[in-house]
Amino acid sequence: MDISFKNVSYTYQPNTPFEFTAIQDLSIDINSRSFVAIIGHTGSGKSTLIQHLNGLLHPTKGEITVGRFTLSANQKLKEMKELRRNVGVVFQYPEHQLFEETVAKDIAFGPKNFGVEQEEIGRRVDQAIKFVQLPEALLERSPFDLSGGQMRRASIAGVLAMNPQILVLDEPTAGLDPRGQEDMMEMFYKLHQEKQLTTILVTHSMEDALKYADKVIILNNGTKYMEGVPAELFLDKQALKKVQLDVPEVIEFLFEFERKFGVSLPYQKQSVSELATEIADRLKRS
Amino acid sequence: MNNTLIIGQYVPGNSLVHRLDPRTKIVIIFFFVFFIFFANSPASYGLLTLFAITSALTTKIKLPYILKGLKPVWFLIVFTFFLHLFVTKEGEVLLHIFTYPIYSDAVSQGTAISLRFFLLIMVTSLLTLTTTPIEITDAIESLLHPLKRINFPVHELALMMSISLRFIPTLIQETEKISKAQASRGVDFKTGSIKDRMQAIVPLLVPLFVSAFKRAEDLAMAMEARGYQGGEGRTKLRQLRVEKRDILAYVLFVCVLIGLFFTRS
Repeated sequence: MDISFKNVSYTYQPNTPFEFTAIQDLSIDINSRSFVAIIGHTGSGKSTLIQHLNGLLHPTKGEITVGRFTLSANQKLKEMKELRRNVGVVFQYPEHQLFEETVAKDIAFGPKNFGVEQEEIGRRVDQAIKFVQLPEALLERSPFDLSGGQMRRASIAGVLAMNPQILVLDEPTAGLDPRGQEDMMEMFYKLHQEKQLTTILVTHSMEDALKYADKVIILNNGTKYMEGVPAELFLDKQALKKVQLDVPEVIEFLFEFERKFGVSLPYQKQSVSELATEIADRLKRS
Repeated sequence: MNNTLIIGQYVPGNSLVHRLDPRTKIVIIFFFVFFIFFANSPASYGLLTLFAITSALTTKIKLPYILKGLKPVWFLIVFTFFLHLFVTKEGEVLLHIFTYPIYSDAVSQGTAISLRFFLLIMVTSLLTLTTTPIEITDAIESLLHPLKRINFPVHELALMMSISLRFIPTLIQETEKISKAQASRGVDFKTGSIKDRMQAIVPLLVPLFVSAFKRAEDLAMAMEARGYQGGEGRTKLRQLRVEKRDILAYVLFVCVLIGLFFTRS
């Protein structure tokens, strides 16, 4: 499903002393099946933006289209539930949304609300728990008995079981250990490819944005600051500095490498270790 | 939920009313609420209204905003007025609404009672509009201090109050967050039968309680880690002090009270 924002603004508590405009005149386009990373420091409007995607917030001005659904300032969407079925949102610290007696029931909660049949729900629960790599033995346990990392996975399974076409991830790896972060991002990427999802990732990690995203959107003070292909966009160190963002490690290294040795290596989505082998090979050859 | 206003939510400012000692504000408002019931003539009501409006203007918070904040109680005020209008049967008959007689005393009594009600709520909301919850608790602790002699746990009470006040916004935020997460999973809080809506509350309440208990535990641990051991020998970061402006406020208020007794009929 294609997503497009047309001159969208959103104001919290309008006409009060607490009035605050979180998004201002924002226009973006996200193609179906693309992986988009949204970056910006705290208060740049990222969370407000993603809450528009499934109609949790209504734009104060402007218009949003998600597939065949349209959200605009003065019109109420009648098929809100239909929209929410198609857009799965994994909020920050999603483990706070667990509430059922067993993990299985909690995963089934979403599909049940959207009127999926009992048999199909069972199938989806099994599928979802496999996807988040939790042992099936956990299905009959209480979600509150799980470890932090397991709870995170169980709650994500609850969103996946809705079979959404658009998956919105709001810092899904926050608070996990480095290994867990990497595993989780790999899991989402695999899901993105296998199920041909449109994935929107809000993140603070430039590394993740560089590694997975087809397109990066940088927000600053509720407006679009930069937009583009990550490998190109991250080369503009000056512009990134201005909004207190860092260049990903790999690119930073390539800059330094060129400055010190006068050798320019092209960036081709290498990881740090791949880059190391590449340099070692070059050294051996010369 | 972010868009709803709580009656008298604190609005930061630096006006004279903001800077008054919170104890001064509490004492004056306490007596104001008490003496409202002594007003019985148009002039005395006028005097009290003048005092309330002047205080409101001194806060430098926009008056329409204050009045809008009273939205939830407007209904009650209007309801009180009409109740008196139709029920009271004294004085002369002023007019008929579809053969139903309206008496002169009904109009004056209805106005008086709803005005009283309005003043009461407006003045008390001025306290919370201009005073942070922490200041209010400090003031209450200080005002209740004499009760310590009869072993009343004043400090503990104040601590409980400030902790619960401190966590109201946190809990509201948490509620909002969880309800959004559950709404994304297809829970509908707004439509459906009463039974459906009651059921929709469960996925909201369970996580809320879980996190509230966890927070309480964390807080207790953090307090103990920093050596908290109750009020004994504990000094204050914010000392309350009576200043010139407080004395001025008291004098003004006493003048209003004297005026009230002269304008009573």
